Amino acid sequence: MTVLPFLAAGWIFLAGVYGMVTSHNLVHAVGCLSVAQSSTYVLLLAVGYRSGATAPVFSDLPTGSPVVDPVVQALALTDVVVGATLTALLLSLVIQIRKRSGTVDPEALTGLKG
Amino acid sequence: MSKTVRRRLFLLSAAVVAVAFFWACLGLPGFGTARHPYGSRAVDTGVDQRTANVVSSINFDQRAFDTLGEESILFAAVLGAVVLLRRARDERREEPRPGRVLPPTRLLGLVLLPITLLVGVYIVAHGQLSPGGGFQGGVILAVGLHLAYVAADYRVLCRIRPLWLLGTLDAVGAGAFTALGLAGLLTGAAYLENFLPLGTFGRLSSGGLVPLINAAVGLEVGSGVIVLVAQFLDQAVETASPADRPRKPEVS
Repeated sequence: MTVLPFLAAGWIFLAGVYGMVTSHNLVHAVGCLSVAQSSTYVLLLAVGYRSGATAPVFSDLPTGSPVVDPVVQALALTDVVVGATLTALLLSLVIQIRKRSGTVDPEALTGLKG
Repeated sequence: MSKTVRRRLFLLSAAVVAVAFFWACLGLPGFGTARHPYGSRAVDTGVDQRTANVVSSINFDQRAFDTLGEESILFAAVLGAVVLLRRARDERREEPRPGRVLPPTRLLGLVLLPITLLVGVYIVAHGQLSPGGGFQGGVILAVGLHLAYVAADYRVLCRIRPLWLLGTLDAVGAGAFTALGLAGLLTGAAYLENFLPLGTFGRLSSGGLVPLINAAVGLEVGSGVIVLVAQFLDQAVETASPADRPRKPEVS
């Protein structure tokens, strides 16, 4: 079944979103966001795969041999960097929330404070 | 919104997304297809530009402007974390307590620290030849430095990690990327166009601008990640916030 790798990406995404929806801890929610985001790596690499091909690095490979699509790999790198920085930023927000309201349970965060 | 309503709403929307996604997947070119028009052109251009690692050629040559944006996101995120995690007025600094470290851990850290830093530099320098590059090598450099925290002590880490210097290096790395693009304009090429001699395919000096941009990115990512981790460590080890003390009942 040739669509299975793509479907795996969709499954990882939905699992991550499910975690975020039912989360009781903001740190856990940030982790779930990372899971949902990592589905895009799977999708990108699945789109770029070529049967029987190898990595697009020609250091020890004759030029012209079949390689997988390097464009999506570059996109996956961008994805990883943005995902990591986003996680760091969100975690620092969680630390601030914990300091200001004394809880990291999104259910307990009700009402705005000036 | 109650928990059950939220869960049902999620299941409903997840079902819609799942069906639409499945339908979209059926329209995609098959998994493992031999036809990759962009990929093939990128590979040809990468080999023409004498960059053995085509992914690096895309990131730092063919789509270098895109990477400039990516690097700016990293810079902005480090800046954001520094601002968010600065010490507030109601917090005070606590003297970090020295922790006990087992001798084998200390020995392992001592041996691994120089090796890890060397690997980081290697990965940055060989970005145009083998898998790796500025982003990956920079993270290895930053993480390697924190072996000092694991194997020795927080105060040792503070001594080998001057934050004012690393903050400056972070900005210098980000600025160097922009400046390398401007250098192209001076020679009459486009912004971030690869204007340097391309060298011999497969050599350390090949790829023209690619190794230089890789070095700038490695500098920026390495120092940026150290500064970022320093903010979190500072919160965990040094900062005593009012939230950690038993809370007084709030007067309203």
